[in-house]
Amino acid sequence: MLYFSKLRIIFITLISLFFIIIASSNLFKFNNTFLDKKINLGLDLQGGSYLLLEIDNNPLIEQKLQNFTITIRNHFKEKNIKLKNYKLTNQIISFEIDENLKQSVLDVFKDENSPINIYYPRFKTHEFEVFENENKIEVYYSKQGLVQLKTSSQDQALEIVRRRIDEIGTNEPNILKRGNDRILVELPGLDDPMRIKSLLGKTANLTFRFVSNNNNDSFGVEKLKFENDIEEANVSKRIILSGDNLLDAQPRMDSQSNETVVTFTLDRVGAKRFGKATSTGIGKQLAIVLDGKIISAPVIRDTIASGNGQITGGFTFQTATDLALLLRSGALPAPLNIIEERTVGPDLGQDSINAGIIALIIGFLLVVIFIFVKYKIFGLITNLSLILNLFFLVGILTIFEATLTLPGIAGIILTVGMAVDANVLIFERIKEELKNERNNLIAFDSGYTKSRTAILDANITTLLAAIILFFMGSGPIKGFSLTLGIGIFTTLFSVYFIARLLTVLYVSKNKEKEGLI
Amino acid sequence: MIPFNKYYNQFNILSISLVVISLILLTFKGLNFGIDFKGGTLIELRADDKKINVSSLRDTLSQMNLGDVSVKNFGNETDFLIKFENNNDKNTITKIKNNLDKSFGNNFNFRRVENVGPKVSSELLRSGIIAISVALTLMLIYIWIRFEWQFSLGAILALFHDVIVTLGLFSLLGLEINLSIIAAVLTIVGYSMNDTVVIFDRVRENLRKYSDIKIFELTNISINETLSRTLITSITTLLALISIFLFGGEILKGFSLAMIFGVIFGTYSSIYIANTVLVRLNVSQKTVLKEEEN
Repeated sequence: MLYFSKLRIIFITLISLFFIIIASSNLFKFNNTFLDKKINLGLDLQGGSYLLLEIDNNPLIEQKLQNFTITIRNHFKEKNIKLKNYKLTNQIISFEIDENLKQSVLDVFKDENSPINIYYPRFKTHEFEVFENENKIEVYYSKQGLVQLKTSSQDQALEIVRRRIDEIGTNEPNILKRGNDRILVELPGLDDPMRIKSLLGKTANLTFRFVSNNNNDSFGVEKLKFENDIEEANVSKRIILSGDNLLDAQPRMDSQSNETVVTFTLDRVGAKRFGKATSTGIGKQLAIVLDGKIISAPVIRDTIASGNGQITGGFTFQTATDLALLLRSGALPAPLNIIEERTVGPDLGQDSINAGIIALIIGFLLVVIFIFVKYKIFGLITNLSLILNLFFLVGILTIFEATLTLPGIAGIILTVGMAVDANVLIFERIKEELKNERNNLIAFDSGYTKSRTAILDANITTLLAAIILFFMGSGPIKGFSLTLGIGIFTTLFSVYFIARLLTVLYVSKNKEKEGLI
Repeated sequence: MIPFNKYYNQFNILSISLVVISLILLTFKGLNFGIDFKGGTLIELRADDKKINVSSLRDTLSQMNLGDVSVKNFGNETDFLIKFENNNDKNTITKIKNNLDKSFGNNFNFRRVENVGPKVSSELLRSGIIAISVALTLMLIYIWIRFEWQFSLGAILALFHDVIVTLGLFSLLGLEINLSIIAAVLTIVGYSMNDTVVIFDRVRENLRKYSDIKIFELTNISINETLSRTLITSITTLLALISIFLFGGEILKGFSLAMIFGVIFGTYSSIYIANTVLVRLNVSQKTVLKEEEN
């Protein structure tokens, strides 16, 4: 255990130098791109917002089932099969049918190539389950169908969330999928998440519909509230134009009315439809509906064929900017709920960094002084390897540009406390060996050999705990387990290469000295 | 040599009573779960105005129908921690901000806001329990592969003792259990195991060496031989932890306190629980040699 070849010594020195340089690149700026790496600070240290959003797919499921009801109805109408008593409750479509026609209807649902099973050729499973309940037939989403719906709504929502956040222009946002109905958003450096929260909380479903007091409207009429929650109006269910037809939207100051408005530009299809609607509907009120609430319902005075228009609604400049942003980035497929939020202000982050560094320095000094008093020259060796250990640990975190959190700093401090364990095990063993062995070299050699299993055992147990934490833990806890886990490897390296090398150099020069340790 | 073995019985009785008391506390008093596991909202505030205090803040907030609001100082005199249960209002934070500004002037800095919904908190609790169970199971498997069953039993009992008594102490003192406490408990599991394994390693080595010494004496010899290492490692770890506790800021206080308890219990239990199990199971040289023949 005591022999080091020249080559090995050079190798160890080079590795140590390499890590010292890498670790110090956190403090200095290197022009070399390889060396210029830095540890990322977690949101709890640099300040920022962590938001976990959950997609509420229920409205989407109901919408799709509603559409499917129409598909079914039309399909069987063409075949002159009469289905009665359509109902959509609890996300189940049910209808009644004559007993003699039942089988043929069921066959249509089960037929893999039938036009109502458009889903089958693509995914090789049924999107809907069909269930016979006496004279009723019930249709609902199959497990596969539901998964497919959720994944696709998650993909869409992720895209929209990204667009909205990019529009606000925060630096380096992190937007990730979680499960099949959640989206994780990390916004570093964001002080006040209120605006983003309110922007992400809106579905931004925009429709243009006529105000209709005529109850015979063939599409049906619904009563909607205005934004102020007081006034109401009857609005036709027929959608003339939706947010999908928008090419652009911008907040503007209207020079005539001196009011903040949102101007919009429509695509070709939208412009055509808008032109037609405005020409036939002069004198009527056109309601502009956002997420089930009427923003405003201006009276149409002229045909608007250019595809440009503007929305008024008593906006402030801020609300107009936000509405324009939402319209530009598009509507979410389903509403999002914020189910977890953690925001840290930048000054608390800085306080945490300072506290963490002070705790690290003081903890380090306490350990170093204690070990020096206890072991003198070997304490010095242990301390030197402890310092290098810190460089290795920080260096590895830097190379991988890992994220350092406050618990991560705690993990580093804890590593300092526990790292001396291996050297202590070795030195105590050597002391014991020296009681029966006069030859220093032999005693040191067997001290290293005999303490090895205990050291391995001790480190494996801690490593197991760190690994479990890494896979089970979230956010900051992951940071703790990461530094604790990497710390175990760097500790073993510094004990068996740095401290051992220094010990060997010292002992071989003092072979004859008694009471060496 | 310190005669540790003289007090095996007394300390066993002490440990059993500690575990029983802890279990009673955990069953009847329960743990003080933080918002991570219970759901709810937490706000850390810093006031610029020294005149603002806990009771004036509480008065203002209690008029807002937030349900059960807790307000307390957090470290500094001008830092406050506000906690309340979940409600369905998405704009609560904005409303609180406006209300505080109205009552105290624009004097607040919202340093930290955390809001955990009921679904997420129950998931976090579940995954925390799973993490601790998986850790205990893995340790059990490791120790079972590594040692004879008598040793495994000793190590596992010591481990359960440490976890239960640490949690019991948290229950007694009403300290908050949050995500970082789970991390602390897992690290304690690793540390306690580590300590026990080092002593057991020596016990096994000595069992092979001496056939004529009874386990009662032999454990004492082994404890004494490893004692200086046990103490030095505990001391350096405690030094690091105390430094985190005193200087690492309010957020790490709970974590470092749990770890400090854990390290003390872990050191104690590897001497007085793990070893006494070996004594009570009458482990002898045969136990170790038999295993090797297989």
